[in-house]
Amino acid sequence: MNLVDIIFYFFALITLVSAAITVYSRNIIYSAFSLLFTFFGVAGIYVLLNADFIAVAQILIYVGGILMLLVFGVMLTHKVINVEIKTGILNVVPGSIITAIIGGTLCGVFVVTDWFIVEGVPPIKSTTTEIGTMFMTKYLLPFEIASVVLLVALIGAAYIARRDKSKNQSA
Amino acid sequence: MELLISVIKIVVVMGVMLGIVAYVVLLERRLSAAIQNRIGPNRVGWQGLLQPIADVVKLVFKEDIVPLKSNRFIHDLAPIISLAVALTTFAVVPFGDKINLFGYDIKLQIADVNIGILFILALTSLGVYGLTLSGWSSNSKYALLGGVRSSAQMISYELSMGLAVLGVVMIAGSLQLDTIVEAQAGWKWNIILQPIGFITFVTAAFAETNRLPFDLPEAEPELVAGYHTEYSGMKFAAYYLSEYANMFVSSAIITTLYLGGWQVPFVHSFGFSDFWIGIIQVFGFLTKVILFVSFFIIIRWTIPRFRYDQLMNLGWKFMLPVSILNLLITGLVILLLS
Repeated sequence: MNLVDIIFYFFALITLVSAAITVYSRNIIYSAFSLLFTFFGVAGIYVLLNADFIAVAQILIYVGGILMLLVFGVMLTHKVINVEIKTGILNVVPGSIITAIIGGTLCGVFVVTDWFIVEGVPPIKSTTTEIGTMFMTKYLLPFEIASVVLLVALIGAAYIARRDKSKNQSA
Repeated sequence: MELLISVIKIVVVMGVMLGIVAYVVLLERRLSAAIQNRIGPNRVGWQGLLQPIADVVKLVFKEDIVPLKSNRFIHDLAPIISLAVALTTFAVVPFGDKINLFGYDIKLQIADVNIGILFILALTSLGVYGLTLSGWSSNSKYALLGGVRSSAQMISYELSMGLAVLGVVMIAGSLQLDTIVEAQAGWKWNIILQPIGFITFVTAAFAETNRLPFDLPEAEPELVAGYHTEYSGMKFAAYYLSEYANMFVSSAIITTLYLGGWQVPFVHSFGFSDFWIGIIQVFGFLTKVILFVSFFIIIRWTIPRFRYDQLMNLGWKFMLPVSILNLLITGLVILLLS
């Protein structure tokens, strides 16, 4: 086992353990908090794979943005308003069936696929240039569609927020 | 050998940085005293120069009080996050050119990352956790309000910060901080090429470091001490230190991005040897950073605090459009010149 393997297992351990805590924790703030370490572990694995841009984007967007909003929401509701937020176990049978199907598919794909392994690739000097060029040429359409989806989400959020306000004023 | 050089660099940089940060505290106290027509701490050592040491000794021996109904684990972890983020950010900042020492070419930067700027943005976005979690775990209303304010404020200003940085990235054509510094050789500092970006970035940096006029998370007339109300002893010291470390690091980043980094204009025309030019450049960098830190401090004692709605209006309705406009103009100019 060389150093890269050890680092990989370290990050994999962090990811798995914290993901388990996220799912099994009864306290929602612990869930949100251990999700932070899950994202970190994944980012670490990205760095290990030389995908530095994706790793940083992972931290910037998921940890800095999305998870922050989650924690923010939990903080504002938990203990401040008298609403108990608890995680419970619901729908055990359908849940485990769906999980088994997804897990089985993933394991099956992992075993069946003829993995394309390239040995001794020279490290890419600047990944961002390549990613940027690819986004603007080959993958322009998916890139634009993603931006449209985000715009739709923004408009939707603004619409929902505004509608509630006007209802309260008329009442 | 590579590893040893890296370890030595890390130890030296951390030591120098913590020393400078401790004296920035003294600088703040003396400067604020001068602005308010007071004398300030001048009893410990000559002109109060040993005051930071006395402060540290006092804080080390203070009792660590944890509120009864707080969340102990997160309460302990929050100051660690704050301080770790503040100190790690400096790792990618280049503080000098290559220097030849004992036959080894040493690059004066701890980690030369391809995506240096993104690394900085990602780490600063983590800093908000230290504040938010401390506010939540203390189980105190003042601390919670401080934490909520800080997260809203930092998320809002991160946007204009990122957009302002993009202008610099477009000019240098790289996310690597070293390349950005090299692109500013001579007098081509980004403060001249990107004045609007500079102003928006500095404003956002003030907001991100929670300094006046953006210190709503710890507004003392309203929130006692804000997010760190329930902290004492070394954990409070960690917050105190991380505030000043943040100030120092943001000044270093602003210097790197807009004030030419370690570039000292016309230094090559005096005929120094390469080694001495390297030393002069490091001191040039430190001088720029310390001058900017002083600017931070002077602003604190000059401008009153914003109201919360003013803060949000400024962030979303003014800073964001202006930085987008700056981005468009920069792109247009680059397109026309190329």
